[in-house]
Amino acid sequence: MKPKTIIEKIWENHVVYREDGKPDLLYIDLHLVHEVTSPQAFEGLRQKGRKVRRPDLTFATMDHNVPTVNRFVIEDEVARNQISALERNCREFSIPLADLHSEEQGIVHVIGPELGLTQPGKTIVCGDSHTSTHGAFGALAFGIGTSEVEHVLATQTLWQHKPKTLQIRIDGKLGEGVTAKDVILAIIGRYGVDVGTGYIIEFTGEVIRNMSMEERMTICNMSIEAGARAGLVSPDETTFAYLRGRKYAPKGEEFEKAVERWRALATDEGAEYDKTIEIDASTIAPMVTWGTNPAMSTSVDGTVPHPEDFSSETEQKAVRRALEYMGLKPSTPITEIPVQHVFIGSCTNSRISDLREAAKIVKGKKVAKGVRALVVPGSQQVKKQAEEEGLAQIFIDAGFEWRDSGCSACLGMNPDIIPEGEHCASTSNRNFEGRQGKGARTHLVSPAMAAAAAIYGHFVDVRKLQKEPVH
Amino acid sequence: MKPFTVHKGKVAGIDRANIDTDQIIPKQFLKRIERTGFGKFLFYDWRYIDGEKPNPDFELNRPENEGATILVANENFGCGSSREHAPWALQDYGFQAIIAPSFADIFYNNCLKNGLLPIRLAKQDVEYLLRESTKADYELTISLEDQRVYDDNGFERTFDIDPYRKQLLLKGWDEIDLTFVYEPYIAEYEKKHCPLP
Repeated sequence: MKPKTIIEKIWENHVVYREDGKPDLLYIDLHLVHEVTSPQAFEGLRQKGRKVRRPDLTFATMDHNVPTVNRFVIEDEVARNQISALERNCREFSIPLADLHSEEQGIVHVIGPELGLTQPGKTIVCGDSHTSTHGAFGALAFGIGTSEVEHVLATQTLWQHKPKTLQIRIDGKLGEGVTAKDVILAIIGRYGVDVGTGYIIEFTGEVIRNMSMEERMTICNMSIEAGARAGLVSPDETTFAYLRGRKYAPKGEEFEKAVERWRALATDEGAEYDKTIEIDASTIAPMVTWGTNPAMSTSVDGTVPHPEDFSSETEQKAVRRALEYMGLKPSTPITEIPVQHVFIGSCTNSRISDLREAAKIVKGKKVAKGVRALVVPGSQQVKKQAEEEGLAQIFIDAGFEWRDSGCSACLGMNPDIIPEGEHCASTSNRNFEGRQGKGARTHLVSPAMAAAAAIYGHFVDVRKLQKEPVH
Repeated sequence: MKPFTVHKGKVAGIDRANIDTDQIIPKQFLKRIERTGFGKFLFYDWRYIDGEKPNPDFELNRPENEGATILVANENFGCGSSREHAPWALQDYGFQAIIAPSFADIFYNNCLKNGLLPIRLAKQDVEYLLRESTKADYELTISLEDQRVYDDNGFERTFDIDPYRKQLLLKGWDEIDLTFVYEPYIAEYEKKHCPLP
């Protein structure tokens, strides 16, 4: 039999109906729902008198709008309405909901894996582009729009053309202080924000194999920033170990049977991809974005570029515009950019290992004068664990604000907004104009780099810092 | 969905690449639970100074672009967030088609679901249209049936579109109704792979 990629295997397992000249009708195993992209879909169902086909394959939470202090007091009336609309809709259509009172609440892409809902081989969708996160488990997971949310609610399927396959292979060893975030930022920086358009990415190679599930999630999360709707990693022992014992994962003998099925999903030796990119891990350094898309980045020991460094006129114009927006001058060393805000959080980097990495840097130090620093755990469970491990106290003692879970300043739909003209070292995924607030100047970095920026008030090369173990 | 067949209209250009959906419709407007009324917030941060005064430098505020129904922009239009509020805002503002050398995948899909036609043309054709769009009375005609874009000066190009999506657009069909036709296949699949608990 012809060797297959995991992408082809999952796809073929989910084709409900196939006909020439049409996309495939694909079955969806898990539909995650949040408050922002679902109300119009539920309204559509009501207008046509339609039902949710499989509430048991649907799971909802609220994350985008929720305040991270006094979470039950939502002062913004429009946001409050949207949250109560989700509560109403879940009640009406019998959809399980992790609401603000639930210990399971959190960012949808953090709680899916945490609860064991995310499993290898599943097709997973959500009205959110960072659904690609779940690909870390060897699931085919992608973001959809509200019309598609409605379609999945009503039919548990989607009409989809099979995308092309892109292998990104990262071999070698990562240097000290270089993290999963730096790897994905480096990939996007080198190959551009649309290298993955029309493709599903499979991340392979020694570096990925050696990564924890949380690191793989960081990588897959930002596949969409490379233009790919989905990015995934073939499952292995690391995947199975993570899932064992999770609330919604199979139990006992069922789990062992599932592991056998999951193991068979991994890409076969000799399978072919439509495109392959190879990266040597040793060439990757801690990264900082200087511009207004995630490809506009350089290593921490680099400088802000000149527009003339870029070949096309369109790029030069974009760089000029970005530098003006960011208030940066060409040739400025990255380590001389002052930082007034630090945000550690988001579906990219708000898991327990992210907080541990940041805490290592922060322990025993103080946030620099004039810097406001936030830690927003990805879920209430992460929050609880971080408190039990003493991480929360390390952050609080250093002068960080310690918050409840939610999307928070990644996109500023709740009150956590970065003021105009101020620079923010952020562990989130998008540095678009206005993303964190109108005129806010976002620099995407790893949790360790963000923590270091909080302590020093400017970017520093974490490779040069003396790290102190937390435990 | 309103059918899309032939459209003739005025062209506005924004010569930027990687226009993300955060620019098309900023997050503070995503809290509404309706599908309508997003047009006044389209390109909000670029379009207004301090949230009220129109920014005279922004392309859509130029007098020659008033009443435009076709938008031309550069590569990777609609990247970033999956928010369908982006096509809703473009459509509510009055746009019926977007032309660019490339689109982000999720945005492209979202447009098709709403009868807003995304058209991919070669980079040099887009450059030509961006130049022409600065003229006050420049118009294009788009025929979906024969997949053609043309102006009155002899410019004429064909474009690709998936035949299934094309049919849906031409007819203005509700995709969910159409999928219900395949319900027996879905039920069969579920019986085998995904039974009810």
